[in-house]
Amino acid sequence: MKKSRKISSNFINMALALLITCSISAFAVGYVHKITAQPIKKARYQKELAGIASVVNEFNNNPYEEKMIITTPDKKHKLQLFPIRKDGIVNSYAIKTYSKAGFSGRINLIVGFYIDGAIKDFVITEHKETPGLGSKINDAKFKKQFNGFNPRKRIFKVRQDGGEIDAVTGATISSRAVVGAIQRAVDAFNNFYKGTKDE
Amino acid sequence: MSSYFIIFISAVFVNNIILTQFLGICPFLGVSKKISTALGMGFAVMFVMTLSTIVTHIIYYSYLRPNNLMFMTTITFILVIASMVQMVEIILKKTSPILYQALGIFLPLITTNCAVLGIAIITVQKNYTLTASVCYAFSSAVGFTLATVVFAGIRERLAITHIPENLKGAPIALITAGLLSMAFMGFSGIVH
Amino acid sequence: MNKQSLDNLTRGIIKENPTFVMMLGMCPTLGVTTSAINGVGMGIATLFVLLLSNAAISLIKNLIPDMVRIPCFIVIIASFVTVIELLMQAYLPSLHEALGIYIPLIVVNCIILGRAEAFASKNNLYQSLLDALGMGIGFTIALTILGSVREVLGNGSLFGWQFLPEEINPMLMFIMPPGAFLALGGIIITVNHFRGAR
Repeated sequence: MKKSRKISSNFINMALALLITCSISAFAVGYVHKITAQPIKKARYQKELAGIASVVNEFNNNPYEEKMIITTPDKKHKLQLFPIRKDGIVNSYAIKTYSKAGFSGRINLIVGFYIDGAIKDFVITEHKETPGLGSKINDAKFKKQFNGFNPRKRIFKVRQDGGEIDAVTGATISSRAVVGAIQRAVDAFNNFYKGTKDE
Repeated sequence: MSSYFIIFISAVFVNNIILTQFLGICPFLGVSKKISTALGMGFAVMFVMTLSTIVTHIIYYSYLRPNNLMFMTTITFILVIASMVQMVEIILKKTSPILYQALGIFLPLITTNCAVLGIAIITVQKNYTLTASVCYAFSSAVGFTLATVVFAGIRERLAITHIPENLKGAPIALITAGLLSMAFMGFSGIVH
Repeated sequence: MNKQSLDNLTRGIIKENPTFVMMLGMCPTLGVTTSAINGVGMGIATLFVLLLSNAAISLIKNLIPDMVRIPCFIVIIASFVTVIELLMQAYLPSLHEALGIYIPLIVVNCIILGRAEAFASKNNLYQSLLDALGMGIGFTIALTILGSVREVLGNGSLFGWQFLPEEINPMLMFIMPPGAFLALGGIIITVNHFRGAR
């Protein structure tokens, strides 16, 4: 019989080995989870804050502290509104919006508006559109035309629907979804603003 | 009812688990030389995937989530899947030798296989209800079976044709899979 | 370094390259390589898990009864993967998002359980580390090559540096699923050619 330093596979040894392995693993993973919980939260927050910052004017407030929930007139959609202030004065605002009408499903974006309601810029935070086609909705070429576009004063639709927005070639559905998402944000804001005016 | 149909079509054709999501490639490339083995593997996967998705779903929503233990998902799921497959193998051996003959050998291969763990995690990420999860898991497995059987059919034909030396084995299989994947891309867009 | 150690180190890089020769761990290989940097990221994450798991298993190989070794290995590997996932979520969030579901799938990456079973459970710590290093590096190199090929052909860029002018459209197919299969097939054909020519 060969010399074996291995532990025999009787029931107690097996149960003990499994128990100890699982316990050590549980403690180790639990510990790492505890020390990474804060950095993880911070990382998520940083990413969104960077997204907001990229579509609005310069600011030095904390948009999260003044975050508001706004609803569309049909009461079906709730969006997050972030007032942007520099030295206490609101100079723009950001709205987190979305559309479920993307070619491959949901598209999340953050839109930045000037205080007169014109769009400043937007950034797509999440999408599953076709790479190279629908994904071009996040390209500067498509976004450029939105800068300064005021949906209250011009027809805010893709050209195929009679509006003034040029869709991405070959990605009409994705482009339409983006316009729809921003329109949703505009509707919700108007609804909110109307509500505050009536107070 | 229609949403289940959409889940089915989407999982089998549009987002085929192998050809689009790349889950389950190892058995796909390894077990698909004959249609009969491909079918056997497919059924085994259908069985294990559906069953484990049910169990992992219940564990996730009744224990992990309420206690904020989401980070233990990976460990818990893989342990559940491994133990379940072991149990299924033992039960099959005792109760139905015929079924064991047909599916038994595939079971250990399925344990350490991205497909089952992957689908279990995705189901939970998509926030499906229990019935929707079952539908999704089953449909994904059907998609797996479909892709594997079609692939096996092609490979059976390839085995009797002349193939250049450098392409034999893995490369021709991969290229075939690539063409199959391209064909399935034609399905994208049916589900809006 | 003696011959055996050198062997253990270099085996995984060329002779038994997990991706191009052994065809192990295909799921992340095909799923993650839409760009060179993603390939590098996944390769390095897997390398870390390999090092940690080979080390741990080689250290406790004499303490675990034979019948429960696979479940124990799985628990150990799953724990390391979860730890790496949490660390990535905290300190490398964009890479974590890019690799997505393939991070937890490192647990079932045949390479890791394979090396644990075939090597680490039978060799001492030093050799196991070398083996893990070799396999991990081989895997990373393979993924980087595949990711680069797909990125260059499918996106006209390399490591994010766009070299193709905007007017020329790249072959989009390569950053989509079929392209993964075709690119890997093409690379293996090339590898086979060089292996056969020797």
